[in-house]
Amino acid sequence: MPYKLSFPIVLAVLALVLAVPSNLPAGEAASKNVILSTTTSTQDSGLLDVLVPLFEKKSGYSVKTVSVGTGQALELAAKGEADVALVHAPSLEKKYVADGKLLNRRLVMYNDFILLGPENDPAQIKSTKSSPKSSIDAMKRIAASANRFVSRGDNSGTHNLEKSLWKQAGIEPKGAWYIESGQGMGATLGIANDRNGYTITDRATYLAFRKRVTLAILLEGDRPLLNIYSVMEVNPANGPRINAAGGKIFADFMVAPETQAVIKSFGVEKFGQPLFIPVAGMREEQVGE
Amino acid sequence: MELIWEGIKHAGLLLLSRDAEVLGITLFSLQVSSAATGLSLVVGIPLGMLLAMKRFPGHSLAVSIINTGMGLPPVVVGLFVTIFLWRSGPLGFMELLYTPTAMIIAQVIIAFPIVAGLTMAAFQSLNPNLPLQLLGIGASTPQLLWLLCKEARLPLLAAIMAGFGGVISEVGASMMVGGNIRGQTRVLTTATVLETGKGNFEIAIALGLILLVLTFAVNLLLTHIQQREQIRWPKPS
Repeated sequence: MPYKLSFPIVLAVLALVLAVPSNLPAGEAASKNVILSTTTSTQDSGLLDVLVPLFEKKSGYSVKTVSVGTGQALELAAKGEADVALVHAPSLEKKYVADGKLLNRRLVMYNDFILLGPENDPAQIKSTKSSPKSSIDAMKRIAASANRFVSRGDNSGTHNLEKSLWKQAGIEPKGAWYIESGQGMGATLGIANDRNGYTITDRATYLAFRKRVTLAILLEGDRPLLNIYSVMEVNPANGPRINAAGGKIFADFMVAPETQAVIKSFGVEKFGQPLFIPVAGMREEQVGE
Repeated sequence: MELIWEGIKHAGLLLLSRDAEVLGITLFSLQVSSAATGLSLVVGIPLGMLLAMKRFPGHSLAVSIINTGMGLPPVVVGLFVTIFLWRSGPLGFMELLYTPTAMIIAQVIIAFPIVAGLTMAAFQSLNPNLPLQLLGIGASTPQLLWLLCKEARLPLLAAIMAGFGGVISEVGASMMVGGNIRGQTRVLTTATVLETGKGNFEIAIALGLILLVLTFAVNLLLTHIQQREQIRWPKPS
């Protein structure tokens, strides 16, 4: 035995290990923290990795980004567990604004949702110039032919859009053909791809997964498929310790011209096209015109 | 298969290029989980010893709770810790949510029942006459406890490994209480989830491999200490 470690040495090592994290950044000044509740798509696209450091440098605030489904992001903000929300479910957002939980809803950017499905398109939803179809029409055809459809099923922004399409089509989706993944967009795309089903995705996630997805884009460019992101400030009356000032500064930052310019060029290098189109200052009806 | 090779290649590249972000995440994972394991030893070992050596009313209930706690689902721990640390929660005034401290708290809750349960088992498997003999030769109580710890050191090290393994590999609680914030609370497991969600499977595999290597290295060290003085079984004649 070349060397001998004894039990006390083991304890000493443990004590050392214990001492290490004392230098972790645990509590910066509280008012310098802004909690942003946002959706997975803004995080997964990498946009926030660009915008957040920019904001932190400019404002001196430190941002804690919590990226969850839009439904949860709005609920967290309404409970006062966040200071500002960046989400994409206009009809849901308007409810929170009407209830006074969220304030000053401002449009930030948009892209679009697309309907994907098997190349041979058994439900015949493909929209072409000679036979244009609407997204609502497509949902009706999928349900009528009981072709497999994979839903997020997680009250995310994408799921909310899907629900509104079913509602407008007058259909309550149910049955073996309707699969709820309960997962993020990437995982849901994977399931739809494996099971050769139809699904709705935001374009940014599709572009990120394009290499691994054999499903074809069957329908795009329809007005109800617009994917609009807005920023809202949290009403300081929602709970204790809300950093309303920090939230407002972040919201202002998102619609500032310099930030909008960054959004406009984001993703061009990697995907050959921008992932989001800035629309600050526009009204909802003007978007996509 | 090709994807896994790509991942292995990526892991090598990330480590060789000493990618600052990946190194930071790796080191941070190690720090958080080591701190949590260390604290869970402070709580778990005395608790396990107490349960092994003392009988008291409610003893079997306490043992059952600890045994259940050994299989505590991290995501449930994460949920409860999050609710407690919310601004509107009972501990909201401490502003701990989405900080490393919150992650350590959650991981201690996950690890200490594992440590306590295995410590209890370790002490219960000691020869029951040993304490009597040690007291008989005049050991004081602290001396007695120390000598018993030394006697049970092999299973105790196993307890440490199990506790550490439980927290370094857990993702649910770290995601919820830490928030997976870049540069602040991102650890290897949450970064793996994020990169999978982004469709960056090579990087996700690479991060997963780094986590495995890290866990292996820590366990190798502890195993080395544990197995240093092997029992020499008599050769069968």
